[in-house]
Amino acid sequence: MAETQMLEKVERIIGAYEASPTALIMILQEVQGEYRHLPREAMEIISQRMDLALSQVYGVATFYKAFSLEPRGRHHVCVCTGTACHVRNSRSIVEKLERDLKVPRGETTPDGEFTLETVNCVGACALGPIAIVDNKYWGHLTVSDVDRMLAAVRAKS
Amino acid sequence: MTRVRTPRELEDYRSGLKAARDGNVTTIALCTGTGCLACGCEEVAEAFKKGIAEARLGDAVRLKLTGCPGFCERGPLAVIEPQGIFYQRIKPEDVEPILTQTVQHGQIVNKLLYKDPSTNQRIEKEADVPFYRKQMRLVLGRNGLMDPTCIDDYVLLGGYAAAARAVTTMLPEQIVEEIKASGLRGRGGGGFPAGRKWETCRKAKGEPKYVICNADEGDPGAFMDRAVLEGNPHSVIEGMIIGAFAIGSHQGYVYVRNEYPLAVKNLTIALAQAREMGLLGKDILGTGFDFDIAVSRGGGAFVCGESTALMASLEGKIGEPRPKYVHTVEYGLWDKPSNLNNVETWANVPLIVDKGAAWYASIGTAGSKGTKVFALTGKIVNTGLVEVPMGITLREILYDIGGGVPGRKKFKAVQTGGPSGGTLIVETADEAVRASMEQAGEIGPSETPTSLLDLPVDFDELTKAGSMMGSGGMIVMDEDSCMVDVAKYFIHFLIEESCGKCLPCREGLRMLHGILERITSGEGREEDIQTLEDISATLIDTSLCQLGSSAPNPVLSTLRYFRKEYDAHIRDKRCPAGVCKALVGYAINAECAGDALCVKACPTGAISGGAKNLQVIDQSKCIQCDACYQVCKFDAISRVRRDEANAVQAAARRDWKPVKERKAAAVAAP
Repeated sequence: MAETQMLEKVERIIGAYEASPTALIMILQEVQGEYRHLPREAMEIISQRMDLALSQVYGVATFYKAFSLEPRGRHHVCVCTGTACHVRNSRSIVEKLERDLKVPRGETTPDGEFTLETVNCVGACALGPIAIVDNKYWGHLTVSDVDRMLAAVRAKS
Repeated sequence: MTRVRTPRELEDYRSGLKAARDGNVTTIALCTGTGCLACGCEEVAEAFKKGIAEARLGDAVRLKLTGCPGFCERGPLAVIEPQGIFYQRIKPEDVEPILTQTVQHGQIVNKLLYKDPSTNQRIEKEADVPFYRKQMRLVLGRNGLMDPTCIDDYVLLGGYAAAARAVTTMLPEQIVEEIKASGLRGRGGGGFPAGRKWETCRKAKGEPKYVICNADEGDPGAFMDRAVLEGNPHSVIEGMIIGAFAIGSHQGYVYVRNEYPLAVKNLTIALAQAREMGLLGKDILGTGFDFDIAVSRGGGAFVCGESTALMASLEGKIGEPRPKYVHTVEYGLWDKPSNLNNVETWANVPLIVDKGAAWYASIGTAGSKGTKVFALTGKIVNTGLVEVPMGITLREILYDIGGGVPGRKKFKAVQTGGPSGGTLIVETADEAVRASMEQAGEIGPSETPTSLLDLPVDFDELTKAGSMMGSGGMIVMDEDSCMVDVAKYFIHFLIEESCGKCLPCREGLRMLHGILERITSGEGREEDIQTLEDISATLIDTSLCQLGSSAPNPVLSTLRYFRKEYDAHIRDKRCPAGVCKALVGYAINAECAGDALCVKACPTGAISGGAKNLQVIDQSKCIQCDACYQVCKFDAISRVRRDEANAVQAAARRDWKPVKERKAAAVAAP
């Protein structure tokens, strides 16, 4: 059942891009949007339907930072560590999140709630240091704001 | 939406729009770019919608959600037309007074006006704000005037007239000549003459040809391309239509960075509208010319900003660069002739065709024409995007427009050109910098070289001085920035982005990082500096590509200007800026007001002292998380050498007085 569902979903995504090889990255992005990671089975479907070697699909999936082969958490916490945020001490924000969530950057909490990541620059440098949690921007962060931010996210779920 | 089949019909459509616009309608242009989104402009927009509906102002007011006009520091921003009143830092609760006082009664809400810090005067009009006064906003100018999701707004401002003129009245060769004569050079950093690139691509053998827009703005601290795509995507589309017609291409691509979702959204809407109007697709404006543009989203790889890696990524492959001797204008995307320019370059094209090459060439310097957009970020008062004519000095940008360094802090350096190949621009009159340069043997004992801050912004001048224009990101650093840490930061960045193909880059960067890590954790050795220089030289000489050969720049330029800071870390085990965690201790000094904010902020309960009393940090519990430093409003937290923290606190215990007594003493003193 789950397999046919996945087959249908992935095929629909591929169809929306007319199975164009140019769209591989975008197709993978949409599949990841569905499953919070790229399941091997989905990559196999893409490989077959788009007539690409599985190794090519896998190569792209592991080359670009946007993709994850491991399931990501329900909440995505992403701290900007661009240069402008770095000189405004974004490191202290990342370290605070690592302490509070008890995972190093790049990993997901064992309960599957949070994934903590960093990004090289989101271009909202005026608000640095900045974090993006589930697509919401939290600007001018201080270490003490992190508690409030996490509480707000937890309250939602 | 009407489909326009001839330039005449486009003009008629424009006149129709003009006639339909009611001069009595007040427009509230509210910035909804990413910067203002992060400041909460969505809530402000909602409040406006609700307020307008409740006061039944629907016929008298138009709320226009615009792109970024540049002054991110003061967001959310709005301009009320026709009066042209500029409001900043708007909160949802300010909406009601704006609607009742300004919109209904023409009065100004004083507290929302920008206050000039140098005169303390409130300023009513956007153009009079010092941040905007020295700017020349050709590319960004229309961002604040239009809703990017409404093609009519762009057409009303004269949009697509240049493209219409180009495809119906000009020969492709004429357009190429016009771009050549304008002196337009690539804005992505390289500064290659755009007209020459177009000409080569036009003459290249092979069909089909492609035009590509590089919107993979990966240099941290540069976000002008995002602002253009979000705020005025039509200007890029129009530029690409003109370029495609001149080059002989029928398919264009815009490759947008994964981190810019709003840019993708607005561009996709704009493309659909341009198609619907007949400005893209088959038989554009009845000329028989076919052209369309597809959007491609990147996957988050810095190297994809490099043109050959970008094209590989567009093909759906891994974004690895290839050697440069195969020119992409001849063998690019799918090995076909491909002309790639960045967002800002494309956005300049309609302006040139519209107003003429001579007009464009009259702006700027001999070798660098037009304007350049810079992103001012880091330790600067006015963070944001500034567009200035070429030829202005960096000092004018930083001080007259940017307002200098905030607080009472001292300027240290501005980093331009991104992590790979970037340079540091410093104040050479600063004694520490001068001494460093003297130690490096670059200058004599009493010499002070001219600072790059005083050089004009010009591709050739900056290159000649050993710097570069770069993509336009300017990250300002002050005395709180540790230059050894900054070097380590960039090397770490490049380790993550190195593809690993060649050994010098793969291993050399790790070795550099290891040494910098050692220095910043207090384990530095005397010979480390020499080793850093040796490894850097090897990387420069032997790396396969630019990423590796320019990677040591951050190390070499910090060593050049801030050698004393390296020495302090290595010899005295001190981080003068108080950044390197392993060397820093936190201590509370006599400025403490006793508000105990730090007590609440401290995650380990290391701070105590009682209400309205001097607080003290228990050094055995402190984890150097910086929380207390960030919440303190009285500069009462000192970041000192680890073993000096207790001495600072002991001195504070001796000198500290309650705030009341200090105030009384201040009044008594003349």
